[in-house]
Amino acid sequence: MSDMNTAMVERYRNNFLKEVESHVEEGEWVKMCMQCGVCSGSCPLGNAWAHPPQELFMMIRAGKREEVLTSDSMWMCTSCYNCIVRCPRELPITHIMHGLAHYAKRLGLVPKKQPTNEFAEIFWNNMMKKGRVNELKLGLSMYFKDGFSQGIKNALANQKLGQSMMKAKRMNPMEIIGGHGIKNPSELQKIIQKAQEIEDKKLQGAN
Amino acid sequence: MSEVVASNETILVVGGGISGMTAALEAAETGKKVVLVEKRPFLGGRVTQLHKYFPKLCHPTCGLEINQRRAKMNPNLTILTMAEVTDLSGEAGNYTAKVKLSPRYVNDNCTACGECGKAVEAEFDNEFDYGMSKRKGAYLPHLMAHPMQYVIDPAIIGTDDAQKAKDACKYDAVDLEQTEQEIDFPCGAVIWATGWRPYDAAKIQPYGYDRFDNVITSVEFERMADAKGPTGGKLIRPSDGKEAKNVAFIQCAGSRDRNHLYHCSRICCMASLKQTTYVADAWGDDADVTIYYIDIRAIDRFEDFYNKVKANENVKFVKSKVANIVQDKDGNPVCRGVDTEGYNRYENPHDLVVLAIGMEPSVSADEFPVKIEINREGFIEQSSDNGGVFAAGSASDALDVNRAVQHATGAALRAIQVVNRVAGTEG
Ligand SMILES: Cc1cc2nc3c(=O)[nH]c(=O)nc-3n(C[C@H](O)[C@H](O)[C@H](O)COP(=O)(O)OP(=O)(O)OC[C@H]3O[C@@H](n4cnc5c(N)ncnc54)[C@H](O)[C@@H]3O)c2cc1C
Repeated sequence: MSDMNTAMVERYRNNFLKEVESHVEEGEWVKMCMQCGVCSGSCPLGNAWAHPPQELFMMIRAGKREEVLTSDSMWMCTSCYNCIVRCPRELPITHIMHGLAHYAKRLGLVPKKQPTNEFAEIFWNNMMKKGRVNELKLGLSMYFKDGFSQGIKNALANQKLGQSMMKAKRMNPMEIIGGHGIKNPSELQKIIQKAQEIEDKKLQGAN
Repeated sequence: MSEVVASNETILVVGGGISGMTAALEAAETGKKVVLVEKRPFLGGRVTQLHKYFPKLCHPTCGLEINQRRAKMNPNLTILTMAEVTDLSGEAGNYTAKVKLSPRYVNDNCTACGECGKAVEAEFDNEFDYGMSKRKGAYLPHLMAHPMQYVIDPAIIGTDDAQKAKDACKYDAVDLEQTEQEIDFPCGAVIWATGWRPYDAAKIQPYGYDRFDNVITSVEFERMADAKGPTGGKLIRPSDGKEAKNVAFIQCAGSRDRNHLYHCSRICCMASLKQTTYVADAWGDDADVTIYYIDIRAIDRFEDFYNKVKANENVKFVKSKVANIVQDKDGNPVCRGVDTEGYNRYENPHDLVVLAIGMEPSVSADEFPVKIEINREGFIEQSSDNGGVFAAGSASDALDVNRAVQHATGAALRAIQVVNRVAGTEG
């Protein structure tokens, strides 16, 4: 992926806004931001962001490519949609945040150990195996992502939650052996792989 | 009583605010016959409810007085108050207007002596003070009302109060038998000058106008600053009467916001800058003012005014649209947000928050009695499809008085051209 990153740097030298407009989902809205700050002030997790959305938009326009794409700010978005609802210019801010995170991911620029990214990866791999999410394995992979002893600690800490989920039939202990899935998961994997190739080509082909 | 003598060379002006008065007077003073139809019991419109005018900081009463004098002296002008146009049919040069006249229950004998007001007991929210004070059921709308006549609230008709008002009048001016009337008359051109109304602040949910007593609107603040207003000119907070020294202004409350009003209301920056001088005048160095803004729109010569306000150390400017307001345990509204100069998170308590509320057209698109071109913002567009109907003043856009009056003069000229064509004095 870092080849693609080099290619993009080459291509959009000094015009990061153009790059965002062309490759980030809903990126063409970034220039509409009037820097009023309502999004940042309305974000319930605002304190946790190094750069709130309003600042990210300004950084994009100022060409701060490296800082934006390697930032962990857009990964903090929980999709509460407060910003979209209140934005006086109707910018789809939540979607832009996800778009930026997605683009950074494709270019291989996500900060190491970024938890949102880690979860997304685990979720994706879990789902791709059988074409269905295996809740039990998903939970366990999350618990044990930072090593065995941390995993045991996590599991014990969340014991009650796990039991309640089983009681409510939200999770099935039998899923540990195999687990449910779609008929021909390898076909799904092929479809997704093809789609990914097409997407990558689009990105590179624009070169 | 209400016979209107008119012809298709008559110009009808709808709305008697500063724009409607201007258009009517300009046309009447060129010798045209004009009928001015005003919904409220008095002329002058919203400027009668302002304390001072930017940029000169003079009192609106001054300009109004001149216009009222011009109106009294002009035999070409017929003024109908408490009147509304319910239908307009025909075409340029040949319209028929239907006008509904609501009863005032007071006739021209009235000398505004005030005895009826003293005699009655029931009280109502005073619309002139945006409900911040009470008025009696027999009342003079405001001290400079034109016509200078009392009004009897229809709500007291049939009660003892009505009879008390009648009995108290020495001039036989109270006429409880008046009824609603509908009249129609011809006219050749129409000037539509129905003006604006403040956007409903309660719709801006995060600011809590409907939840917090100490969050008010800019139009209410104008009333508060007026010595004849609900607080006798004292800047105090509604919840507990405490002196309001730490006052915040929030710009673009409703304006430039696709969830509310698409347009920039244009006057609000200047109105808030003006209102900082009310706070400074009241408290001197104890004044502590904050203006929260996206960008200050003080154009042309208004820039000087802005610079003067900026020079006052007691006025702070925070470049940020406040995200929301909460209330602390002392009843202080607390403004929360992130600024654009450093992206600092703030949570600032104030004594009083004033929302610089946007202007929207006072007549909704579906309420016009005639087919007319309305833009996305609800204002009247200039269009040849409008025939002989011309907008004047803030019915056409969010305008300050200066621009509204210029626009109204232009509208008068257009209307004159139409009726001249009718009279055959042109080409
Ligand atoms: C907080 C605030 C402060 C302001 N301060 C200033 C200032 O300092 N200086 C300045 O230049 N401008 C100021 N303005 C702007 C000013 O108020 C407007 O420019 C002015 O009121 C426009 O006058 P108008 O005649 O167009 O409208 P209006 O004043 O709204 O008059 C319209 C008239 O039409 C009547 N009417 C409405 N509907 C009907 C109907 N259906 N039939 C008959 N009659 C009808 C109304 O009763 C009213 O009398 C301020 C505005 C705000 C919000």
